[in-house]
Amino acid sequence: MLEQHEIALSVKNLNVYYGGFHALDNISLEIPARQITAIIGPSGCGKSTFLRCFNRMNDLVPTARVEGTALFYGQNIYDPKINPVEVRRHIGMVFQKPNPFPKSIYENVAYGARINGYKGDMDELVERSLRAAALWDEVKDNLKKSALALSGGQQQRLCIARAIAVEPQVILMDEPASALDPIATLKIEELMQELKKFYTIVIVTHNMQQAARVSDYTAMMMLSKEGSRAGTVIEFGPTSQIFTKPKDKRTEDYVTGRFG
Amino acid sequence: MLRKTFETEIQQVKDEVLVLGSMVEQAILNTVEALKKRDIKASEEILKADKLINQKRFDIENKLMILIATQQPMARDLRLLASCMEIISELERMGDYAKGIANINIRMGDDPLLKPLIDIPRMAQKDVDMLHRALTAFVNEDAETAKAIPVEDDEVDALYNQIYRELMTFIIQDPKTIERANWLLWVAHNLERVADRVTNICERTVFIVTGEMAEIKATDDEFWKSQKK
Repeated sequence: MLEQHEIALSVKNLNVYYGGFHALDNISLEIPARQITAIIGPSGCGKSTFLRCFNRMNDLVPTARVEGTALFYGQNIYDPKINPVEVRRHIGMVFQKPNPFPKSIYENVAYGARINGYKGDMDELVERSLRAAALWDEVKDNLKKSALALSGGQQQRLCIARAIAVEPQVILMDEPASALDPIATLKIEELMQELKKFYTIVIVTHNMQQAARVSDYTAMMMLSKEGSRAGTVIEFGPTSQIFTKPKDKRTEDYVTGRFG
Repeated sequence: MLRKTFETEIQQVKDEVLVLGSMVEQAILNTVEALKKRDIKASEEILKADKLINQKRFDIENKLMILIATQQPMARDLRLLASCMEIISELERMGDYAKGIANINIRMGDDPLLKPLIDIPRMAQKDVDMLHRALTAFVNEDAETAKAIPVEDDEVDALYNQIYRELMTFIIQDPKTIERANWLLWVAHNLERVADRVTNICERTVFIVTGEMAEIKATDDEFWKSQKK
């Protein structure tokens, strides 16, 4: 089913441990490029842990250990020669709670590019990124204003603009709309449809209707076996299939609200 | 069970579909009985009953819309509610066939029946029998039973063919019978269509259970093949 898409991210036999705790159990999955892939599943099944594997955010947890392979366009993300900061430049992330820097709107967007030694026209980059994040029209006259003065939904779009400004190929979104009201949520969802023309998006969401609305593919995660606390992907497929005709009984029970 | 309220509401909708189904079953039997007895009053009652059938269908449709909007059903629940929408529309159309037969009886006025009705009541009985079992299979979400019912449509088609040939004989012998033969042919055709719609209901039941959207048996194709000269 993925044949028609280029594969952006590919994990094989991925296992993650936090000290003695087995968090992810043997996940193998391919994420198609320039599509939106949703990761759904009950709380505590490792969705965020899985998402964080893609840009080595788990490296920041001292006891974390990742086994198996994770490839980004064929390149091993966990290769010891690879600098995790470099990985994160290609694979950006947007978090559950909007976390703008306590700086101006302009500086928030320009920050990453400055650090990377961006030589181009910074004003142009800021405008382009804000436009891509569907925020430009709302802030263009107040670029010097503090980002913290924006509404929650605007802050989240600013974070997306900030992620886009370093020109990544993949954007990871961890519950990007869970702290937003329905209108701001819809704006983010509409924005995702625009962004997927250029970026591969992987989104973790608790909101199944959101996953159904926005994504092209859905990965269903669950604890791998009775009594275990390690999560794994139990079913992966086109979103249209997962929500109308799931193959796995556990997916059926979860999406119909009978489990989870 | 996490969604007890929703499950109860789904059960209620299924019960309502059954109520609508039995209204339609009754209409089919009564309309043929009225024709058989040339009882115009009884046929007028069928017209009234059809209004109730239509209203019931709208009520269920409305309930389904609210459930879909408020509960956001997924997977099997979604297939079930979407199928209910189809099934009630099939039932409503069957009600229209019964109404059509009632109208024929009314429009025949004082004309006596061309012949005593034997195969037409048989068709009606077979229709209702199939419909009843199809609805039971739907309520029980029993795909195996649902799959086995449509083949019985052949019996209804055979009765229809028999009636057709018999009526043609009347017409050939005496062209003055054309109009009265045509009334009955129309009745038989309505009853033949009922069985086809039972097949559609069975297909929905299979879809609810398996997620496969497929024709169980192309009844009409078979029928038209048998009509080839």
